[in-house]
Amino acid sequence: MANRLKTVDLVLPTQTEELRQLEIGTIVYLTGRIFTAREGVYKRVIEDGVGMPAPREALGSVNFHCSPAASVNGDGTYNVGAVTATASFRFAKWLDGWFKQSGCNIIIGKGGMTSEAYRELFVPNNAIYLTTVGYGTGALLGRGIKGVEGVYWMEELGLAQAVWVLDVARFGPFIVESDLDGNSLFERENAKMASGIKALYEGTQPATLRRYGETDDKTVEVI
Amino acid sequence: MIVLSSLQQTAEDLMAKAAIEIPDDYLVGLRRCADTEKGDLSAFVIQAMLENYDAAKEDRRAMCGDTGVPRWYVKIGNEARIEGGPIGLEATLRRATAHATNSIPLRPNRVHPLWRTDHNNNVGINAPEIEYAFHPDADWIELTTVHKGGLFGSDYRMLFPGDGIDGIKRFFLDTLISFGRRGLACQPAIIGVGLGGSKDACMVLGKQASCLRTVGSRNPDPKIAALEDELKLLGNSIGMGAMGFMGSSMVVDCHIETGYCHTGGMPMSVHMFCLSSRRASARVHADGHVEFRTDPMWFTDYSRRSTVEWETPQMIAAE
Ligand code: SF4
Repeated sequence: MANRLKTVDLVLPTQTEELRQLEIGTIVYLTGRIFTAREGVYKRVIEDGVGMPAPREALGSVNFHCSPAASVNGDGTYNVGAVTATASFRFAKWLDGWFKQSGCNIIIGKGGMTSEAYRELFVPNNAIYLTTVGYGTGALLGRGIKGVEGVYWMEELGLAQAVWVLDVARFGPFIVESDLDGNSLFERENAKMASGIKALYEGTQPATLRRYGETDDKTVEVI
Repeated sequence: MIVLSSLQQTAEDLMAKAAIEIPDDYLVGLRRCADTEKGDLSAFVIQAMLENYDAAKEDRRAMCGDTGVPRWYVKIGNEARIEGGPIGLEATLRRATAHATNSIPLRPNRVHPLWRTDHNNNVGINAPEIEYAFHPDADWIELTTVHKGGLFGSDYRMLFPGDGIDGIKRFFLDTLISFGRRGLACQPAIIGVGLGGSKDACMVLGKQASCLRTVGSRNPDPKIAALEDELKLLGNSIGMGAMGFMGSSMVVDCHIETGYCHTGGMPMSVHMFCLSSRRASARVHADGHVEFRTDPMWFTDYSRRSTVEWETPQMIAAE
């Protein structure tokens, strides 16, 4: 089917004014520099107080929650196959300090965060969240990588948790999950489904053996 | 005698096939979802995935950057003789896993649960898992590798006979909705349901139902086959599509496998095999000849037998 969704190409780094144009549900492609960072890096930067591995200009201002399927060749060059995001909600606790230290204004990941996290952490830092698509579009994303600019903390954190700095061209697709006002596309979609889900459960009984903390409110999320 | 060099080559080929080539049965099922999906965001996601599979095959790169946790299912013919015996076989599969992780490349996902030690080769304590089954009147050995995504989409619950079919449907919905939101489970998925067995067997059966049966296959018990159809329909009527966007593409297919359980209980597990439903199988014959395929043919009349003795050819219906 033809794609009726609005599509935008962004050149990195982006200014706040450009991000203000983006509505949730817009398809985005990126060209420029991005870098990977996840729990290992956050822990080192924020909790261990090590600071960023390189200056802002070297890393860019787009943080991708991912580990590449990659290997190091005999001559020290890298072979990056596919890249796919990992679920972001686990990283919320580090993000406030992270935005301040890294200067990032775009986070790319899987599944987004809660709108509460967007309002508390993203909005004050003029940052948005782009979600990867699928989420298994690793081969398409791999194609968008034009070069590995550098890898930091490979020794300390291992290949999967290291900081991979990547130069990308028409890297995507991504979908705008949160805008500068902190709205969440996923939560908008959840709200649309709520009444249908309620109807599906009508007339059925909860399981005989309950679990601690269990709720019967089917609008609650697990993240 | 089946030689280890042939097994290792076959195993490495299987690892690459699984990581790069989406199985045809899943692809056909996903195209069917694409044809009927009305939600524009969900349809966009499925379209991107279809393009992604082509890109993976053309570039010979892994379809998903999270290459899952590679594991092995081995079926050994009763008459098969393997060089080095079962110990030789296990070493070979571990070696193939490590080699292929580097050569494809796959992501070295396997770490120690506490120390996070990463050997960068997907091999470690109890990893990769190797499960065994046996087959009567055969001298071949069959290898299947599955690279399942790891974090979301599985759950277990002890239900009781009084919970009935309604209880089964409820737990099915609970699992799909909780992990389908935001697409944590990367649906549309092949849903495997384990019913019965002891707790560990219940998890194993459900996982095998999702990973080792092909889209379109049905349980030989007609009443269970009907329940498979019903659960598939139910999952697709949640109103949730790919990535948890509005839509109808949640379940590509639903497979149920059963095992006899404690008389007081009705344990149930649910597993979701994601948009990267990665599996590849091969039969290695005694003369070294290898046949590759995407259907693991794991469940057979023999594996589902309910009698004490086994007679070939078998004529006993499952009960
Ligand atoms: S669940 Fe499957 S498609 Fe999604 S990221 Fe994991 S391996 Fe890839």
